[in-house]
Amino acid sequence: MTARERIAGNVANYVDERTGAAKWMKKNLTKVFPDHWSFLLGEIALYSFIILLLSGTFLTFWFDPSQREVIYEGNYEPLEGLKMSAAYASTLHISFEVRGGLLMRQIHHWAALIFMAAIVVHLMRVYFTGAFRKPREFNWIIGVGLLTLGIVEGFLGYSLPDDLLSGTGIRIAEAIIQALPVVGSYLAFFAFGGAFPGEAFIPRIYTVHVLLLPGAFLALITVHLMLVWYQKHTQYPGPGRTEKNVVGYPLLPVYMAKAGGFFFIVFGVTAFLGAVASINPIWLYGPYTPGQISAGSQPDWYMGWLDGLVRMSPPLETHAFGHTISWNILIPGLIVPGILFTGMALYPFIESWITGDKREHHLLDRPRNAPNRTALGVMSLTFMLVALINGGNDIIATTFHLTINQIMWFSRIAIFVLPPIAFVITKRLCLSLQRADRELVLHGRETGRLVMMPHGEFVEVHEPISAEKAWLLTQHEQNPALALEEHDSSGVRRPKALKNKLRARMSKAHAVAVPKATAEDLKQIEHH
Amino acid sequence: MENNLKRLSRFRRHRAVAPLLLVLALLSIGTTFSVAGAATSTPLSAAEKSALIDEGKQLFLKGCSSCHGLNAEGGAVAPSLIGVGAASVDFQVATGRMPMADMSVQAMRKKPVYNEKQVEALAAYVASLAPGPEVPGESQLNYERDGSAAEGGELFRTNCAMCHNFAAQGGALTQGKYAPTLMGVEPRHIYEAMITGPQSMPVFSDKTITPEEKLSIIKWIKAAESEPQLGGAALGRVGPVTEGLLVWTLGLGLLVGVAVWLAMKAR
Repeated sequence: MTARERIAGNVANYVDERTGAAKWMKKNLTKVFPDHWSFLLGEIALYSFIILLLSGTFLTFWFDPSQREVIYEGNYEPLEGLKMSAAYASTLHISFEVRGGLLMRQIHHWAALIFMAAIVVHLMRVYFTGAFRKPREFNWIIGVGLLTLGIVEGFLGYSLPDDLLSGTGIRIAEAIIQALPVVGSYLAFFAFGGAFPGEAFIPRIYTVHVLLLPGAFLALITVHLMLVWYQKHTQYPGPGRTEKNVVGYPLLPVYMAKAGGFFFIVFGVTAFLGAVASINPIWLYGPYTPGQISAGSQPDWYMGWLDGLVRMSPPLETHAFGHTISWNILIPGLIVPGILFTGMALYPFIESWITGDKREHHLLDRPRNAPNRTALGVMSLTFMLVALINGGNDIIATTFHLTINQIMWFSRIAIFVLPPIAFVITKRLCLSLQRADRELVLHGRETGRLVMMPHGEFVEVHEPISAEKAWLLTQHEQNPALALEEHDSSGVRRPKALKNKLRARMSKAHAVAVPKATAEDLKQIEHH
Repeated sequence: MENNLKRLSRFRRHRAVAPLLLVLALLSIGTTFSVAGAATSTPLSAAEKSALIDEGKQLFLKGCSSCHGLNAEGGAVAPSLIGVGAASVDFQVATGRMPMADMSVQAMRKKPVYNEKQVEALAAYVASLAPGPEVPGESQLNYERDGSAAEGGELFRTNCAMCHNFAAQGGALTQGKYAPTLMGVEPRHIYEAMITGPQSMPVFSDKTITPEEKLSIIKWIKAAESEPQLGGAALGRVGPVTEGLLVWTLGLGLLVGVAVWLAMKAR
């Protein structure tokens, strides 16, 4: 034993005698994680969150969350002598006078955009592979919660500098609060501490942005990861992988090295963006005053779809009993997002109700093998994409020489027409891919070698695929639709017949599949 | 100023008006002659001026009258030019907007068809039809001396940013119309646009925005134009749309690429 090993051993022993950590470490450091690039998407979000915490802390050292009026006397000449809030002035100070301040601001903002984008692609991976199924429904709900909080947290951060764009966003938020029937105007007065813009809002959202929501994030992320730890990670199907094992690499050293390295790469990419690409140049926007607005005022991308929905909504209002109900804001700003996010959170339960599948799943689905789910996902994404595109309709109009009215009308129609079309096309594509899988198993791979038979016929030689590949293409379950008869054996209508009918219908749609190749099929083919 | 004019106009049918005007006309002709005779460069002599107007008229008849009418009285597709003034002609023709390439919703800025001399002639002809805003001279456009960028920025955000965007990059209006970018536009043309209100733009008279304030606005636009890209690539200065696009393409592209590479590594 070398001196160094002895010292390390002594230190470890000292810690272990006081914490009993050795047993826990021994068990958990060898814990196995499956390896796939798509399992790293959530990690991008996690690392961006750490970057946000670090860069955000840096910004708080100089940011003054106050709407007190000051006169600008800083370095940036085109704003010299203007009246502005202390919040805006201190953001200018961070940008122009604090060493590394602008870089940190830009890293913070880029990290926020990457954080949200990573959450969305991670969510897509979890959804399309069916990783939300039992026992992971709660973790799915936590994930939806994190996404929702992320949107709110991002919006608050965007609002803090109190520049012209921030203020415009807050104004729209106020309008959405006011659109709530009956309580709206009271709530708005409560939130703003009086009439818009007041002097209370920025100090308030600052506390929420730097204390409450990051705390909530930390708690939820911890539970999110602990559940992954406890329930073990899902894995893609393959030879040797079952519902009862996990095939992969141990946490130490392989996964730890990869994850640690990946953190620095994410930090590097974010810092690179912060260094080379300008984001939210607040000094050009100028300080916020309610009388001003800029063309092309947009929210950050993760709220762009919401803005797009509001932009496409027709001017509907009703007046009753001295109250105005602004359906044009209420529907796109609150009702539609409410339905979307509630539906998303409840989806694991809805799917298990439809399929009647109450078993645990640790092997992931290939998206093509769950055509209905995949099609529903693509349908939702299409809806979001149409809304997002309409959110940028003015920029698109000037860039591509279109008219804003055309884009708005396209979106109004497309938001209803395109999602169902996307559903049908995706479902057909999935079934075609299933058919292709079946062909591949039964007839093998096309080699591109043409052979002339003795009687002059040309045939292409097919090579059988490997056993591993054949396993992959045939391992999935194909469960039949639920059998829910409307009438029982003596012809009496069951209770809840309508509900059951709906369930049976959806179950049938969910079970549509091209029969996978079986051993008998293969034998029959070989027989020929 | 308007009130003064109204007060004056009450006397326009006064007995003394005709002789007074005659005296005034004689005086002005006399002064013009003496000034033109003394100084060789600026104000044109009456003869030169009428030659210029004639040249402008010929150009107008060839290039503009098919839409604007033989006497600039306007037609089915184009407005009357009587009283629009030289500033309007200078803005529309010298920026290449007129003659229009096609009958789309809005005249686009393009390479001018007429050279500087011809534009001057056209402007002189149109100005001769009826008085209107004049082309501002060099001395009126010394924005570096007479303007304040901070005040100009404030005025810009209050009056211009709603269409031209916070950084004067332009923006969309309804039905395919748009407010063009103000980057690389001559100070003279910005000034003329404010006093003549071309296309969808309103007129900002000297009463709403004084000449000094106009120069401040120009100074701010020029400052924004020449501002170094402080935070790195400007991404068009159109706000979060291009930022979101960059995150989803370059940002996430790089990160997912690295994730794929990491998963392939260290088997």
